[in-house]
Amino acid sequence: MHELSIVSSVVDTVTESLAAYPGARVVEVRLRVGALASVVRESLEFCYGIAAEGTALEGSRLVINVLPVVMHCEKCGEDVELEGVQSFRCPRCGEPCFDLRQGRELEIDSIEIEDSKEAA
Amino acid sequence: MTTRIVELRRGILKKNDELAAGLRASYAAAGVLVLNLVSSPGTGKTAFLEWTLTELRKRGVRVAALVGDLETDNDARRLASSGAPVRQINTHGICHLDAEMIGKHLDGWELADLDYLFIENVGNLVCPSSYDLGEAIRVVMLSVTEGEDKPLKYPTMFNSADAAVITKMDLAVPCGFDRWAALKNINEIRPGIRIFETSVKSGVGLEEWLGYLKEKREGRG
Repeated sequence: MHELSIVSSVVDTVTESLAAYPGARVVEVRLRVGALASVVRESLEFCYGIAAEGTALEGSRLVINVLPVVMHCEKCGEDVELEGVQSFRCPRCGEPCFDLRQGRELEIDSIEIEDSKEAA
Repeated sequence: MTTRIVELRRGILKKNDELAAGLRASYAAAGVLVLNLVSSPGTGKTAFLEWTLTELRKRGVRVAALVGDLETDNDARRLASSGAPVRQINTHGICHLDAEMIGKHLDGWELADLDYLFIENVGNLVCPSSYDLGEAIRVVMLSVTEGEDKPLKYPTMFNSADAAVITKMDLAVPCGFDRWAALKNINEIRPGIRIFETSVKSGVGLEEWLGYLKEKREGRG
């Protein structure tokens, strides 16, 4: 439900970072989104087009890389990847896991830009 | 025409996270314990908080509350009957509270004069999970009328919570509430979390809840 505010923040952040690349056009924006980030991929994609309109991001692709949940299993002494988000137990030994190491990310990883003709 | 990749590695909610970190530092400096109450609409956050504020005030504890709502100030008026300072935050359609709203609405309150500050979030088990308000304790709530599988349906919220409160336990029998299934589901998503089974109608579980607040305030928990 808050996907529009999330993509608006993406557009703002990318726009700010473009100050260092005058005249550049954005081709692609890559996000890292944890499986527990509570955002819906389809809604992000839908809202992205709207938020990008009239900015240097208009027409660019949004690529969403979903990261699985990784917990630290005390018993195994290792980080383990969960298959889903319905049970926070170690998939190897079955013990409950308390320590989340990955899965809540909501980040802009990188952008692909096309420099302006003048600069190139 | 050539393209190139620019690494950004920026948190999308960085602005909120930074504001929340600032709030957390100011809460700690003032010695106030801040709790963020989250649930679906209709779980009974306001009734639970009204009881908590009233009871703590009776015991001489200094409390205040911020309450989020899309449009009305009904909840703030209800909570104000406890005698505690209460401020309404109307989000006008936004489905969650964020750190900026909290910061603005704390303006003029002396945090050092408080023992506890309660924040009642907008009724929503999805979006508020992404927005840190600088709270020390996130309390997720569900009522016996909602179904025992709520933790499985909203794992992000339950997994990010520090305590869980089940409300309306007085209705558990008529609703056919499967207590063991609910407790199991909460534990499956957030192993080891403290769970309070409560009812503001019958009074069950409330002393335990107040004990928990005291414990946390004194840094024993």
